[in-house]
Amino acid sequence: MAVNFRSSAGEAPPAFELKAAGFTLPVIRLLNGDMEALAEQIGVKVEQAPDFFRHTPVVIDLGGFPEGGAVEFPLLVGLLRGYGMIPFGVRGGTKTQNAAAEAMELAILGDAYLRPGKAAPASEPAPETPRRGLPTFTLVTRPVRSGQEIYAAGGDLSVVASVSSGAEVAADGNIHIYGCLRGRALAGNRGNADARIFCQDLQAELVSVAGHYRISENIPADLRGVPVQVFLDQKVLRIEKI
Amino acid sequence: MSRIIVITSGKGGVGKTTTSAALSMGLAQRGHRTVVIDFDVGLRNLDLIMGCERRVVYDFVNVINHEANLNQALIRDKRCDNLYVLPASQTRDKEALTKEGVGRVLDELSQSYDFIVCDSPAGIEHGATMAMYYADDAVVVTNPEVSSVRDSDRMLGILSSKSRRAETNAEPIREHLLLTRYDVPRVESGEMLSVKDVQDILSLDLLGIIPESKAVLTASNAGVPVILDRESDAGQAYADAVSRYLGEEVPHRFMTAEKKGFFNRLFRG
Repeated sequence: MAVNFRSSAGEAPPAFELKAAGFTLPVIRLLNGDMEALAEQIGVKVEQAPDFFRHTPVVIDLGGFPEGGAVEFPLLVGLLRGYGMIPFGVRGGTKTQNAAAEAMELAILGDAYLRPGKAAPASEPAPETPRRGLPTFTLVTRPVRSGQEIYAAGGDLSVVASVSSGAEVAADGNIHIYGCLRGRALAGNRGNADARIFCQDLQAELVSVAGHYRISENIPADLRGVPVQVFLDQKVLRIEKI
Repeated sequence: MSRIIVITSGKGGVGKTTTSAALSMGLAQRGHRTVVIDFDVGLRNLDLIMGCERRVVYDFVNVINHEANLNQALIRDKRCDNLYVLPASQTRDKEALTKEGVGRVLDELSQSYDFIVCDSPAGIEHGATMAMYYADDAVVVTNPEVSSVRDSDRMLGILSSKSRRAETNAEPIREHLLLTRYDVPRVESGEMLSVKDVQDILSLDLLGIIPESKAVLTASNAGVPVILDRESDAGQAYADAVSRYLGEEVPHRFMTAEKKGFFNRLFRG
């Protein structure tokens, strides 16, 4: 039987056709970068019609987003997924915003629907340059408490205290924690695979580098409670004692 | 200069009201003019613990709504002239507490009181955020068990981000940990978290350890703040906490089993 199958494989009927089709999809038009307000307001909407949003692909429209403003895509995508939606693409963003979206593996959709006024690429590089030139650095000296989120956009994050269970720290670059990490830490938030997490005492709920993560259950006991670094090695997340 | 102290926890049933009653009585007994406010609108309890439930005429919400002035609503404690109670309303809900209204009342009280103790409701919703918004000091009441510790941690996060001091970038709220219902035998057998465990997680200045004690329930039922029961371990522990709050150095007690317990175990063994 197997031989038959193989011999017929050469002249198999075409397995696919390439076609174009249009779909009507819900579009989430972001009006500002206040993720907390967004979380709250979307929560209300979803509660009203949970079935409508379940497993629904959605497009994020940045046409109404303040120009030059940074969109916290990791948070946004996590938020939408949390409500059962499947965010898959972005439209109407600036170059920087699109790059950030691509880092989260979101598709950049055509600008066909854009307002003409928005597509003024000449003005865009200006706000972009200083951000690239000066990597930001965020320093936190007080404990990061349960329920708090800290995101160091565009740079490294140092926490000279503990990160409690139920708290989340994220950075586009490296994360250094000089206390105990009991919560979640996400380095290389926009896809930087060279980012690392360093911490004095690992008791984390979750560690992640560029989207590759490990939860508490999968962290070996001998790596808990000791100083470690977390990094990506050939796309595999590794945790090593320092 | 008056100080506003919020007694908070996140979790319910850990001893916020007991602590509010005890600390405010302790401060008043040391000669400080003190007022204790019940922020638990709709679930009023402080008046019972303070033993003034029969004397409530007007309440906090009346004052906020200009239906009564402060002097009409404040109840003077019969045991201590320096202590006043501002009861919560039992018939309203927490939305009656407005930021402006609470601010105005606290402002007025700070003219004539040294300490304003705010007894926060459980949870992290409106009532609790109103109780802590204007605070200078926070006493985070925590039981030695994981859910209480996590809720306290959450509350500490809110204190450092949503208070007036945080919003105006003033010096942060001074946070103190008060460990209540501390049951030494259960800690030693590993059923409960130890002082060290809790401090490791919360990394806070320890204001006191209040041992699990029958005296607390007895005092609550009698409407007497437990700090007045000088014979009881809990009463003494609260008195120590008041001293520490006022800057005295008092060694922590009730962290290990009493000698009697030790000998008991020796002989049993």
